[in-house]
Amino acid sequence: MEANGGDSSEIVRELEALKLRKSEIEHRISTLEAKLQETTAAVEPCDAVSNGYSSPSSPAIEHGLEHGLSPDQIYRYSRQLLLPSFGVEAQSSLLKSSVLVIGAGGLGSPALLYLAACGVGRLGIIDHDVVELNNMHRQIIHTEAFIGHPKVKSAAAACRSVNSTIKIDEHVEALRTSNALEILSQYDIIVDATDNPPSRYMISDCCVLLGKPLVSGAALGMEGQLTVYNHNGGPCYRCLFPTPPPTTACQRCSDSGVLGVVPGVIGCLQALETIKLASMVGEPLSERMLLFDALSARVRVVKIRGRSAQCVVCGDNSSFKKQQFKNFDYEDFTQFPLTAGPLNLLPTESRISSKEFKEILQKKERHVLLDVRPSHHYKIVSLPDSLNIPLANLEARINELTSAVKEKEDGHVNTGSFTNPSLYVVCRRGNDSQIAVQYLRESGFDSAKDIIGGLEAWATDVNPSFPTY
Amino acid sequence: MDATKQEVTKIESDDTSSSVEIKVLLFARARELTGVPDLILKVPSGSTTQKCMDELVVKFPSLEEVRSCVVLALNEEYTTDSAIVKHRDELAIIPPISGG
Ligand SMILES: [Zn+2]
Repeated sequence: MEANGGDSSEIVRELEALKLRKSEIEHRISTLEAKLQETTAAVEPCDAVSNGYSSPSSPAIEHGLEHGLSPDQIYRYSRQLLLPSFGVEAQSSLLKSSVLVIGAGGLGSPALLYLAACGVGRLGIIDHDVVELNNMHRQIIHTEAFIGHPKVKSAAAACRSVNSTIKIDEHVEALRTSNALEILSQYDIIVDATDNPPSRYMISDCCVLLGKPLVSGAALGMEGQLTVYNHNGGPCYRCLFPTPPPTTACQRCSDSGVLGVVPGVIGCLQALETIKLASMVGEPLSERMLLFDALSARVRVVKIRGRSAQCVVCGDNSSFKKQQFKNFDYEDFTQFPLTAGPLNLLPTESRISSKEFKEILQKKERHVLLDVRPSHHYKIVSLPDSLNIPLANLEARINELTSAVKEKEDGHVNTGSFTNPSLYVVCRRGNDSQIAVQYLRESGFDSAKDIIGGLEAWATDVNPSFPTY
Repeated sequence: MDATKQEVTKIESDDTSSSVEIKVLLFARARELTGVPDLILKVPSGSTTQKCMDELVVKFPSLEEVRSCVVLALNEEYTTDSAIVKHRDELAIIPPISGG
């Protein structure tokens, strides 16, 4: 058994190494192919040279094409060139533009693929995450071979495989106030494809300081939202939402889900708005917000306020400058910590580890196990003999807990033991369970203890085959 | 799809003598907190959108959570707290979402 385990981990390691090398080689191949294409296009003899002026670096001019598109580009983008409302002017503007997509996740995946395909001249990708199995259902730019590898590497390889002729910048790092001004300043248009409030405020503020249009998309559950901010005197994110939304005390334990195609739809629309801005075609979604409701199959576009003269960032008397930006604490402002540090609400005597709980089960110690996750989480997986009362309903359904405790108590009356059963509380990651224990202790359940780290700790430390999600 | 039943909750205020009925569209967290995508709200005529919000928070106290951070749209147009609602107006309450 041991030896086998060792062998397979060796194989997994080698596989990972080979996959990484494979992607590097593929990247190199596409770069070289692109280079070769450029050189052959440049040296190709051409009848169209008529004015005696030719530059080897711009093959299109040799063909006498004023719009600057090479023959390959004409063929590649022909369906866009044939579009009367788009045409060569829009295409050559697009080829000269640069776009930064922040986040290579559910929104960024389709946005990046379309932006690469349609011929944005330079495409930047920034993300600090690695590809995980539970990303695959919505982050369609990534393939299984890249699980465990940086999303930026994976996304860049996919974009290059679609279009090897555009320039792709890889930023494998988190966007912070310390690097945002420098990175965003290198691009014409910014696409917000992130997934959290502090990033949204930070990106919007940075775009105001740099005067960049921001194509902002968001998706959660069955709904999506889309707006173009800071464009042509239009509002910024803060004009609309000067006060950040309150985050419930334990965001991380009640992470809501999303149906993969919902961010997909919004990400595609982000690509579309970006293309419109870059090519100066159509009417951008500025001072308007598109609302997508997947369940009812409804799309609504509502007019939203214009720029607010009182906005602390883009308003008339704003004193928000680059220095203030660099010092601004967005996680504190939004009360949304990005580094998922666990809560620590309880004294150690009110808590037990998952290993300790396993011993309690083995000793068949009398207890009640309360699972405070939402019921649809409970349906995915749960520990045996647990009682599910979601944290949000705990107060209202406290009598269910009281009778569960009483049952265990009564069971032992005959033996003459009158001690209360112990009460343990579990959730997904060990934050909600602490809030529940705090409440329960205040409500007279003096023995309530939380299981540190929740079911994730159980899976890591006790039972590796216990499903995580 | 016929099966999609629109859940319309009717909320009436005490004064029905001269009142207007508006349709309230709830999005994102506001929908989660109330449990409905839309509802009919009866308010005294001459009520402002702010008054409508007050009424809603009375009926759904949990809505207080998002009140300070919503975009309001009246008949798909930008509106302010002091705008007067008319019979059959459509008031959209749109909290931001930030997922992706
Ligand atoms: Zn603003």
